[in-house]
Amino acid sequence: MIQTVTTEYQDQQRKRPFALHSTKAQPLAEETQIKIATRGLNFYYDDQQALFDNNLEIAANQVTAIIGPSGCGKSTHLRTYNRIFELYRGQRVSGEVLLDGQNILDSSCDVLELRRKVGMIFQKPTPFPMSVFDNIAYGLKQHYHINRSELRDRVEKALQQAALWDDVKDKLNQPGTALSGGQQQRLCIARAIAVEPEILLMDEPTSAIDPVATARIEELVDTLKEHYTIVIVTHNMQQAARISDYTAFFYKGEIIEFGATDKIFTNPDNTKTQDYITGRFG
Amino acid sequence: MRQRSLTYRRGIDLGIRLISGLAALFGVAMLGWILSIVILKGMPAINWQFFTELPAPPGMPGGGLANAILGTLLITLLAVLMGVPIGLAAGVWLAEFGQQSKTAEAVRFAANLLMGTPSIIIGVFVYVAIVMTTGHFSGISGAVALAIIMLPVVARTAEDMLALVPSALREAALALGVPRWKATLGIVFRSAKAGLLTGILLAVARVSGETAPLLFTSLNSPYWPESFNEPTANLTVTIFNYAMSPYEDWQTLAWGASLLIAASVLGTTVISRGLLWYRSK
Repeated sequence: MIQTVTTEYQDQQRKRPFALHSTKAQPLAEETQIKIATRGLNFYYDDQQALFDNNLEIAANQVTAIIGPSGCGKSTHLRTYNRIFELYRGQRVSGEVLLDGQNILDSSCDVLELRRKVGMIFQKPTPFPMSVFDNIAYGLKQHYHINRSELRDRVEKALQQAALWDDVKDKLNQPGTALSGGQQQRLCIARAIAVEPEILLMDEPTSAIDPVATARIEELVDTLKEHYTIVIVTHNMQQAARISDYTAFFYKGEIIEFGATDKIFTNPDNTKTQDYITGRFG
Repeated sequence: MRQRSLTYRRGIDLGIRLISGLAALFGVAMLGWILSIVILKGMPAINWQFFTELPAPPGMPGGGLANAILGTLLITLLAVLMGVPIGLAAGVWLAEFGQQSKTAEAVRFAANLLMGTPSIIIGVFVYVAIVMTTGHFSGISGAVALAIIMLPVVARTAEDMLALVPSALREAALALGVPRWKATLGIVFRSAKAGLLTGILLAVARVSGETAPLLFTSLNSPYWPESFNEPTANLTVTIFNYAMSPYEDWQTLAWGASLLIAASVLGTTVISRGLLWYRSK
């Protein structure tokens, strides 16, 4: 899947010939289909480097969890996958993020189409200031020519996929902000999957939500992975253990360990990982 | 160590409270005084004719300021049409694109300077730029002057209101693959709606009492405003002219016009406050 290698990366390799080995990232099994791969990914907030030579492979139709202490670069890493960081001045990236083998950081990559393919769910629910129906229709109308009845069908389908249809079918015209926190978050998931993405990025999607609503969203993640590749950043290690197939442990901007979730949580190779998952720090 | 006298400290406290309380009272009292005189002197002028008739020659009974009221409304409307879109666009640029860049800081500084520029200077500028070039006073030049005064007010309040929109909402829209301009107009504007409207109303309130820039531009006229290309009647210059005239009925009309302006500025401010309150709810 990994095809092109930029000169920038080659330069880096020359300068740091052991860079790949230093990350301790373990490649996935041979037969696994890789959806996203990062190669030599560095990230800078102005002059301060936040990610160091990240090499990670995200398996298709699996849930990959990114864990690590606060400020270790989990969200920063995730936010390169849809280039949302470009909204801010002074945030820069180098290296490669390969989506199906194509480097999405390349300027020839259409960022609007990229973001259709790579949906994102945020820490706090972000319903738009419009009705439940329009919240879903907004993105759909952006990407597709669609007539009214088709639009209704697609909105309903997205809400059903997000396990929200039964809650809101009688209040489609109410403002999205009037829903409960958990419902708002599922509304955001419905909104993201309505445009038929291939990947869902979730940045601590349950940290602002009560435990019952969190359980519902975790169940939802489990059903969604049938159709989508899911990358979830979480503070909650139990959550990572419950819902993910693979786990990457980040520390100070580096990927310390990456592998199958079972292995990371039962028999990690790195003592730092061991210390973190047993709660010795973080 | 000897304790300081409690009575003395209480006395100082009481004294300072008294002084600051009196100062506050003084400010409110001045406003009350101005308003009460304007109401007292202006009320006799307010009648049906005031709103419907052209001014009568001195000494003639009746007469109103209908042309000046209409002229002020039209000039202000035209100023809004010119100043608000440019001001909003500038505010959008500052908040969404310029952010903390050097250019944005320079624009912000320029807007603050423009906001602090005495309005008479803007009047003189438009006089030289438009009135002298075209060779005559005109309603449109007055509207241009007012638009220039509104511009920085709208731009800065728009920027502040857009900056209050949580960046998560912006990111959420962009993360759906919506282009930046569409996310700004469709989501960010919608979210900041009440605040933006408040900024526009405050800018309108700010210019509706301006006299000096209109003296140099729209001037005044005893007739109905028929074209923006000729001197256009307006309330503030009318006050200026009539209040200084020796005719008692004109002076009464000037008080009536003062009352009308005071009431509409008060009304606009109250509405914009109400909008902000509604928004914060």
